[in-house]
Amino acid sequence: MQITDVIATDRLGFRFNSSEIVSDVTFALKRGEFLGIVGPNGSGKTTLIRLLLGLLKPTDGSVTLFGQSAALFNEWQKIGYLPQKMATFNPHFPATVREVVGMGLLARKTFPRRTSRGDRESIDAALALMDINSIEGKLIGELSGGQQQRTLIAKALVAGPELLILDEPTTALDPEGRERFFATLKNINTDKAVTIIMITHDIGTIGQHASKLLYLDKNLIFYGGFDDFCLSEDMTDYFGEHSQHLICHRHEAEGPGIR
Amino acid sequence: MDFLDLFSHGFIQRALVTGCFIAVLCSVLGTFLVLRRLSLIGDGLAHVTFGGVAVGLLFGAYPFYMAIPIVMASALGILKLIDKARLYGDAAIGIVSSLGIAGGILIASAAGGFNIDLFSYLFGNILAISRVEVWTSVLLCFCLIVVIALYYHELLAITFDEESAKASGIKTTRINRILVLLTALTVVLAMKVVGIMLVSALLIIPPVTALQFARGFKTTIIISCLTGIVAVMAGVTISFVLDLPAGASIVIVSFGIFLVSFLGARLRIKGISRR
Repeated sequence: MQITDVIATDRLGFRFNSSEIVSDVTFALKRGEFLGIVGPNGSGKTTLIRLLLGLLKPTDGSVTLFGQSAALFNEWQKIGYLPQKMATFNPHFPATVREVVGMGLLARKTFPRRTSRGDRESIDAALALMDINSIEGKLIGELSGGQQQRTLIAKALVAGPELLILDEPTTALDPEGRERFFATLKNINTDKAVTIIMITHDIGTIGQHASKLLYLDKNLIFYGGFDDFCLSEDMTDYFGEHSQHLICHRHEAEGPGIR
Repeated sequence: MDFLDLFSHGFIQRALVTGCFIAVLCSVLGTFLVLRRLSLIGDGLAHVTFGGVAVGLLFGAYPFYMAIPIVMASALGILKLIDKARLYGDAAIGIVSSLGIAGGILIASAAGGFNIDLFSYLFGNILAISRVEVWTSVLLCFCLIVVIALYYHELLAITFDEESAKASGIKTTRINRILVLLTALTVVLAMKVVGIMLVSALLIIPPVTALQFARGFKTTIIISCLTGIVAVMAGVTISFVLDLPAGASIVIVSFGIFLVSFLGARLRIKGISRR
């Protein structure tokens, strides 16, 4: 790994009850890169994300965050995380949008964690970035799916992370919301040089935005830039009709190729 | 007798002061427990308290002090069962709870002779609380509320989404331990107010009442505390005036407040949907 890598894995693997969930994943991302992680359901994408965040201990290999082993890493304010919404979110939780966004600041505080004027300004900025200032006093359970998702994204961004990890962030969004979400993401990625890792099934759109692609099916099947991407035959089941979109966004003149 | 004369009695004053402090503690803690779907941990630990009290009575020690370490150890045991035996929370609580009550019954049956004492712990007797017990309870309540205030942001974050909280560097295992240990101490304290059998009502009913009108997390906690205080004050007063058991009166008043707030919230929702 080079010192400039924001995140790197080396032959990362995870086994549970002797079954292999993730195996032999090696990649490295620099500041401002955007990695799209794709793969069929059950291919280990979310497990990979949980390994990167230290929520699971790898059974093989290692994760390095900002030049430091994940086991020793403690600058969690540098990482924003948006989990799969439906899996973790209680829609009846009695917290306002502002309170939810404020929870994202915890990582940059030390005990006892108190809200400062700077925190309030950060919350205002995150609310404005996601265009949800007008609903800051509403309960999260009263919002539409799209508004809830924007609130959770604001929570992931409020501490000003240098690495943003998103697990299927566009599932609750309508096409207009998705477009707006990707526009915001592009702004964060290019203007602020935030490194992004995003799990998605939205293969058509990820081709437009990501600079690198990781295709996972328990083993690492493909990792690299779109210029190197060629669809092998065992990928066609997953990519199917989307292979056109994925490749065409990058190779408009050439179209997809099957190797 | 003038109604206000009621409050000139020392034992009523002691009951109200202690009851209000414990109501605030239960209401704050209960809000986190209810939202984490751990409402019944209070009930389970109260049953363990029964075992602890029986041990205390058997050895002639003050049951309150004997119950504290036993209930704290049981609270950590529940966490271990959830984590290591991969049990659901309610199953782990059920195991520890039944073990506590079975142990208590066995000790009571083997020792005999302290059934009347045990009865006062089962159903509470806040009107008989001593001056020393008032100060002990108030001091402990104050300390526990300070601990909750210090860990407020961590408790809120893991209550909202434990995985995200862990990913932001919060030591969730430590915070979970703090939460169950606070609950253990609170249950032992609340035993004097409403008794072992009714202690979970103080942890559950005020927060669910507040959730009917929730406009934010902090306001939920404030409404929950106010509900608890009103229930204790009204319950103690009714108990004295009508010569009813204090613990049961507090619980019935709490339920009455919940019912009114629930119906009020339904009417409000109907009113909004008709507009």
